[in-house]
Amino acid sequence: MTSLAFPDVSWIPLLPLLVVTGTAVLVLIADLFSEGPDYDALGWIGLIGLVLAVGIAVPLWNQSGTTMAGVLALDRYGLFFTVLFCLGSGLTLLLSMNYLETTDIRCGDYYTLILFSTVGMILMAMSVDLIVIFLGLEVMSIAAYALAGIWRTQVRSNEAALKYFVLGAFASGFLLLGIALLFGASGETLLPRIAESAAPGSADQRMLLVAGAALLLVGFGFKVAAAPFHSWAPDVYEGAPTAVTAFMAAGIKAAAFAAFVRIFVDTLSPLAADWRDALWVLAVLTMSVGNFSALVQRNIKRLLAYSSIAHAGYLLVGMVAGGEGGGAAVLFYLAVYTLMTVGAFAVVIALGRRGQPNEDLDDWAGVGLRNPFLGFAMTVFMLSLAGVPPLAGFMGKFYLFSAALDAGYVWLTVIAVLNSLVSVYYYVGVLVKMYMTEGGAEVEAPMARPYLFAALLATVAGTIVVGLFPTPWFELARRSMESLV
Amino acid sequence: MPLLSAIVFTPLLGALVLLFVAREQTQALRRAALVFSLVPFAFSLWLVAEFDGVHGGLQWVERAAWIPRFGIHYMLGVDGISLFLVLLTTFLMPIVCVQAWDVHHRLKEYLVLLLVMESAMLGALVATDLFLFYVFWELMLIPMYFLIGIWGGERRIYAAIKLVLYTMAGSLLMLVAIIYLALAHHQQVGQYSFAWEHLLQLHLSLDVQRLLFAAFALAFAIKVPMFPLHTWLPDAHTEAPTGGSVILAAILLKMGTYGFLRFAIPLFPQAAVEAMPVIAALAVIGIIYGALVCMVQPDLKRLVAYSSVSHLGFVMLGMAALTLQGVQGSLMQMLNHGLSTGGLFLAVGAIYERRHTRLIAEFGGLWARLPVFGALFLVVMLSSVGLPGLNGFVGEFLILLGAFGRYPLGAILGTTGVILGAVYLLWMFQRVMFGPLTHPENAALRDLSAREVAMFVPLIALFFLLGLYPKPVLQRMEPAVRVTLDRLEPYLERAGLPRSDQALHVAGGGSAE
Repeated sequence: MTSLAFPDVSWIPLLPLLVVTGTAVLVLIADLFSEGPDYDALGWIGLIGLVLAVGIAVPLWNQSGTTMAGVLALDRYGLFFTVLFCLGSGLTLLLSMNYLETTDIRCGDYYTLILFSTVGMILMAMSVDLIVIFLGLEVMSIAAYALAGIWRTQVRSNEAALKYFVLGAFASGFLLLGIALLFGASGETLLPRIAESAAPGSADQRMLLVAGAALLLVGFGFKVAAAPFHSWAPDVYEGAPTAVTAFMAAGIKAAAFAAFVRIFVDTLSPLAADWRDALWVLAVLTMSVGNFSALVQRNIKRLLAYSSIAHAGYLLVGMVAGGEGGGAAVLFYLAVYTLMTVGAFAVVIALGRRGQPNEDLDDWAGVGLRNPFLGFAMTVFMLSLAGVPPLAGFMGKFYLFSAALDAGYVWLTVIAVLNSLVSVYYYVGVLVKMYMTEGGAEVEAPMARPYLFAALLATVAGTIVVGLFPTPWFELARRSMESLV
Repeated sequence: MPLLSAIVFTPLLGALVLLFVAREQTQALRRAALVFSLVPFAFSLWLVAEFDGVHGGLQWVERAAWIPRFGIHYMLGVDGISLFLVLLTTFLMPIVCVQAWDVHHRLKEYLVLLLVMESAMLGALVATDLFLFYVFWELMLIPMYFLIGIWGGERRIYAAIKLVLYTMAGSLLMLVAIIYLALAHHQQVGQYSFAWEHLLQLHLSLDVQRLLFAAFALAFAIKVPMFPLHTWLPDAHTEAPTGGSVILAAILLKMGTYGFLRFAIPLFPQAAVEAMPVIAALAVIGIIYGALVCMVQPDLKRLVAYSSVSHLGFVMLGMAALTLQGVQGSLMQMLNHGLSTGGLFLAVGAIYERRHTRLIAEFGGLWARLPVFGALFLVVMLSSVGLPGLNGFVGEFLILLGAFGRYPLGAILGTTGVILGAVYLLWMFQRVMFGPLTHPENAALRDLSAREVAMFVPLIALFFLLGLYPKPVLQRMEPAVRVTLDRLEPYLERAGLPRSDQALHVAGGGSAE
């Protein structure tokens, strides 16, 4: 009988992860002592923890290494995503503090779950081992299932949680089976080793590898809501509390892509000839289904859900392009997308009032005129999502499409561009409602909810600044990708 | 001094300043907008004065790295092709700002959007990096969308969305083509570049040129708008508020024709030479079709809108000739159309302001009531007709002269467009202004105020100036036009077409000066 050896642990790379985990535990404990109904203090603890984690992650930028028997890697790629997730979660916390109050969710666990979900995300981005990636995915997802249903008094929230859970479990099954096949083919779960056995010449188990990759593709397809595995997304996005929807659209999607890109663009790139065409089709389907379905939506959350599907399609275009350019474009786009989409959901939250969510597009009539700041913010987000220069979303698409063209995918790019055109119609439709019609819901001044206001300011400013000066941010993304390839 | 940047960004600065003025302070808002639109006008007068009219290259070049990894620069420059369009823009915007006195609904936002619009248009005219150009190009669309959608007429939403979708459809494909060019530059030279001057040096196979030219041409043809891509224009024009119509007709449409001359033709010379007969044919169809539709238009504003389709057909015909005179005439006509049609929309706007209808049948015999307006409107109308001595004549004459050497039939058919133009405009004028006063409610209309007259006076002064003495303008344009045409010579020759300066002799005309 062999004794279980405890692996060598270098703690430095783990610090950001540990800080977020510690914060989550701290919030959990603090929750025991706080007696509501005001849980803002928990949000603050979470925010401080996330800021601290970023503060620790940034100085690690120039270091690299692995720890925990090589299953967790300290590389720029992981750090990039760590910071991105902290940003997404931090913004979500800001949104939530006012939101929980108006929706009477008032539940301290909410903050704990957000933070634990973030821990799962960071784990996914840092890990270079399939099993640990899976672990991270489950930590993230289970917290998210609970979050989707946390508005217990709302039927649609319950429904969302159930749907999300059942289909999420499905996806996990596919992923796990894919991992098993990859393990069967290579005898390894560590990504670098799998890459070796996928290298040309040494692939005697090629069929198994390809089959494993196909299953992973399905699993990740579910998680990032790529067509035809997207059908859960609109219902879940609509049913979940809006702050959670923002979290899912930005953070969870980014985390899934973090692992997706690391496995496909990096590890399985020797097999690219086998999976690229499938991904090509997936990208086209996802963009088109997302955009065309969004055209007919009357509920803003469903509209944003379909738009989010479409954006997953654009991201897949970047993955098809592959290589450092495509990967960097995907990373950059994810960061930009986090800003835009969290911002858009923040406006949705700002529009809602107690017992009156105002999610129907008709409720938005005239909002831009009655409330210039909210109108301006939503205009920025909609135009940025539509890809109008000089906003961040345009730069994101520019990098994605350039990468695809550079890799020779002219028609894919043209399809993507035509899809953007379709999307213009429904994004502009929101502006039409806000500015060119009258008679919607009355809205509180955004300043009345300071946290929400702060989140809006941050996302608007970010969307404009990154759009005007994309270079430093893209360089970060590129150097993150470089640390992989 | 970075003069071009100053011209481009002063209006934007003004828009920011206006944001901080309380919306109740209408007088302050109006004055501030006027000042911030007059400053770039002053700057561009200086630009014209200092402009070196001997050389064809870019002048006042500014350059700063923006996205260096992809060779994207903040790069501005001006040459004879863009110079007067800049001046046209900065000249018209103060007039539009004065016209905005008539806007009472959400004046502040209106003025802010006007100024943002001006910056975007000026930026697109002087950007010499294709990426930067694209940014400004798309940016133009947003303020116009709001101007139509918020301040427009009955079907404003339909018109606004149509405008956005049509224009975006073209420009997104152009974006793909632009990126493709930068990648080609990377392949051939080893580094990315979006700089116009660099991309001109690329060697592109004819097949590639055809595709890229198509992408560029589509974007520009929609903007022009060329037949059969013109259908967004009557709607946009009809629904837009007066200021929006003036900008749209006078400046925005020129972005399309300018785009052809600046980008589509010189970047893909071989494909351009190949495509020009088709463009000429479409232009002639546009001239006649637009004029015929004008004949039967009951709505004044729609009439002026369709007259743009016809007049822009002339601009495209002159350009498609690819002769010195044709292209110069085309450039000249861009200015003329901007001034004349801007004036027509102002006039229609003034009537609409008084009667809240634009139906020709609602008027008649206005001259007796509004003599000042009548006189001004008459001059504007005649300038649009192309009466010799006024600006419109110079452009049309040069275009027909230039086109004749290349497409005799096209020129002949185009000439009928001139006649048709005279017919529908004169007829319209007659029905509105002369005859007995058929509608009693028109009897009480007041004549133009001093402010309104002040909008027309500078326009009319320019009509005469350009009509009687176009030389300073043509002279400054010529070197840049020559440079553009020189690029085409080898391909024209290969296509068996006479060289452009020989074409002049074929046409039997001397130099225009």
